Amino acid sequence: MPEFHLLPPAAAVSATGYDLLWWYEVAVALIMTVVIFAGVFFFAIRYRRRSESYVPRPIEGSKLLEITWSVIPFLVMLTFFFWGAALYFRNQSAPPDAMNVYVVAKQWMWKVQYPNGVREINELHVPVGQPVKLTMASEDVIHSFFVPAFRLKRDVVPGRYNDMWFTPTRPGRYHLFCAEYCGTEHSGMVGWVTVMEKKDFENWLVSGGAEGSMASQGQKIFQQLGCSTCHLFDEQGRCPNLRGLYGSRVLLNDGRTVVADEAYIRESVLDPNAKIVAGFQKDIMPTFQGQLNEEEILEVTEYIKSLASQHGGMFTSEQTGPTEGGGRGGSIANAGQGTLDTHGTSMTNQPPRAEANAQAQDANQPGAAKPAAPGGKK
Amino acid sequence: MSTTTAVQADTPISYLNATTGWKSWLFTTDHKRIAILYLISITAFFALGGIFATLMRLELTTPQGDLFTSDTYNKLFTMHGIVMVFFFLIPSIPATLGNFLIPMMVGARDLAFPRVNLLSWYLYIFGGVFALMSIVMGGVDTGWTFYTPYSSTYSNSFVMLALVGVFIAGFSSILTGLNFIVTVHKMRAPGMTWGRLPLFVWSMYATSLIQVLGTPVVAITLALVGLERLFHVGIFDPAIGGDPILFQHMFWFYSHPAVYIMILPGMGVISEVVACYSRKRPFGYSFIAGSSLAIAVLGFLVWGHHMFVTGQSMYASMVFSILSFLVAVPSAIKVFNWTATMYKGSVAYNTPMLYAFGFIGLFTIGGLTGLMLATLAVDVHVTDTYFVVAHFHYVMVGGMVFAYLGGLHFWWPKITGRMYPEAWARFAALVTFVGFNLTFGPQFLLGYLGMPRRYHAYSPEFQPLNVLSSAGASILAVGYAIPFIYLLWSLRYGEKAGANPWGAKGLEWEAASPPPTFNFDHTPLVTEEAYEYAPEKEVHVG
Repeated sequence: MPEFHLLPPAAAVSATGYDLLWWYEVAVALIMTVVIFAGVFFFAIRYRRRSESYVPRPIEGSKLLEITWSVIPFLVMLTFFFWGAALYFRNQSAPPDAMNVYVVAKQWMWKVQYPNGVREINELHVPVGQPVKLTMASEDVIHSFFVPAFRLKRDVVPGRYNDMWFTPTRPGRYHLFCAEYCGTEHSGMVGWVTVMEKKDFENWLVSGGAEGSMASQGQKIFQQLGCSTCHLFDEQGRCPNLRGLYGSRVLLNDGRTVVADEAYIRESVLDPNAKIVAGFQKDIMPTFQGQLNEEEILEVTEYIKSLASQHGGMFTSEQTGPTEGGGRGGSIANAGQGTLDTHGTSMTNQPPRAEANAQAQDANQPGAAKPAAPGGKK
Repeated sequence: MSTTTAVQADTPISYLNATTGWKSWLFTTDHKRIAILYLISITAFFALGGIFATLMRLELTTPQGDLFTSDTYNKLFTMHGIVMVFFFLIPSIPATLGNFLIPMMVGARDLAFPRVNLLSWYLYIFGGVFALMSIVMGGVDTGWTFYTPYSSTYSNSFVMLALVGVFIAGFSSILTGLNFIVTVHKMRAPGMTWGRLPLFVWSMYATSLIQVLGTPVVAITLALVGLERLFHVGIFDPAIGGDPILFQHMFWFYSHPAVYIMILPGMGVISEVVACYSRKRPFGYSFIAGSSLAIAVLGFLVWGHHMFVTGQSMYASMVFSILSFLVAVPSAIKVFNWTATMYKGSVAYNTPMLYAFGFIGLFTIGGLTGLMLATLAVDVHVTDTYFVVAHFHYVMVGGMVFAYLGGLHFWWPKITGRMYPEAWARFAALVTFVGFNLTFGPQFLLGYLGMPRRYHAYSPEFQPLNVLSSAGASILAVGYAIPFIYLLWSLRYGEKAGANPWGAKGLEWEAASPPPTFNFDHTPLVTEEAYEYAPEKEVHVG
């Protein structure tokens, strides 16, 4: 018989504050259950029927009591709400120094890839004390990335990126479950998260990755598919220059501006006409829907990210904070930053040509994303 | 057991024997006979859903998926959910007790549209036939929630048949709700003001509003899933231009209020039972009545709390979180008022009252764990785990099924003209209570430990609690089987019941047991408040 526990292990910052809230709610629930049970049993016994002919005097009710037992429980619930919302909030935006790892879910496995090209299946290795951000995509149906020891769960939804982040605190091996029913082998879509000491992790990370970094894989795809014939790295191409693009704000031909994050790049690959950059034509780029799988799109994205540090882009390269609503769900809290890969991670602050134009546009667009301090959090 | 039987002829004419032959049942427009038709059909579906649950609990006694294949297990929990939610819980109290009692409680001869009422039953059966066909042909494996794009693109099971079944049964629910709303508005006897309506009628009225307003949305949603499945119209599958989260918004816009379709009628039953066996007007009548309507309205504003981990905007999540706390307030009001009703009452421990005690306690636990799920950060960890499974079974089984069994016992003498055996019934209520808690209590712990729901095989450390849960399920099954046997037995051998065996208030108790076809000889004239066990001036002290 295995050992019996009441709580799963706690192995991340997100888990430590969490159990306290949990115990608080359990305590309130237990007290209320006891109060109700005690009330029911006390009244039932104290006022049990002693005579068949006795009819008790009716009591109409009491407004004061009704208000009391509506307002006081609601005040207690408000403490649940604020505490729970505060912790939820904390888990939304990854810090700028988070390490990026990509997760692609498919029936019925978790495929993990690190920017340096190391791949794993149903395993995730992370270092202790280092914030880790997972960018997650699904090849087919909805899955859900659930690590009980981190008290975290995030659905992996096809057609968009969802991300989650955590800072592991205790080395060990912890369950990884798929929590959203995804078909026949749903209960087999499980794996392990291994939290390692930093040094061990670094050794582990360099031992793999024979195929080269994700960015170099992406570059190969970029050339094989002929992307470079139009996306020239100067202003002569029929399509926008991609240098300095990632993380910048892009002015579109309908006057909107968007931040060039992972979700934007994914959309531009699969549905190029959705957002046309100002000054360029529609219907020039074909869709790559069906030609690239989610892993390949992520590799291309990593490649484009690696171009972010190269000067000469036509976009504003101002680092922005997260936008309201997050576009198609991808948080961009640490857009372009803090990956463990080998290329440079600093963003350029080269004054871009289109900046003045973009900002003028901004002023007319109250709903448009507002620039925030670098790495700013909400 | 006190019976105040008026002397009656040997076999008085009642709705049961006024006409005979199978045609007189299958083409009846009598709301009481239609209630019986529903009673028989939902009992059959309950048994079927129960068999699926039993097989699941058997499989889960060991961590390995050794009894069934994964596909079979996935079909078992899907069919358990579909059958129990759409073909048992949603019609359970409204279609049986509601059908039987609403006209009698408001002092009417029948519902406003008797033929539409019969049509509802046929639609229910028709929908049920499709659901059964999907089972017989090989089953469905999408989960009762039909999440896209799994249901619309990936599943290779008989999704269309199940969708059509649920779609059709939905119209039965809409028509029943419509019938009740019109009946309550237009068919009340003279003197039966809104303020004098029994609380059961208030709760059924609130339920009907949800049925009429919410069910069309799920019907549209399921139709769209069918369209995508058959004709690849891109609505929910992102591979063809759809959005899978859109489905969840549309599905839960109905299916969260549907939770209140399942629990509000139970609350109505408990209000009646507690008043009768405390022999007292319910404490805070107007607050209990008003809270039913508050639940019906607020219930439509909380659907997004099913989607805290989908990537929906965190500001939306915060709004849904606080509204979910708000909807708990009217439920809390009811629990406090039922408890307060017993204060200085004259409390008898008949079986329906035992079920009411069980309901109050178990619903409280279901509600409080619901508050935990409404808490954003807590939900992130426990959603899609056994914690959620335990939570909604405390509400649906500990709440609704207990209320249904309590109500069935309470009005059994009225419906059948026979008493049920009290000692057996009390024993069964106790067995059910113990079995229920043993089944679902451990699942709260399993969920917090991290065991995801809908798992065919699981990690070995979860086994002890799963064994406990399966053991409890076997006790629970006995608790359900005993009433099934003695209620059937009582039809023939039960003591004959008088018009009002419990000394209860309410127009239904003024009619004979079982009532004549048109309920009352003369249209009743209501001259007193509801639950007037003792007028203020004359207090009997025995």
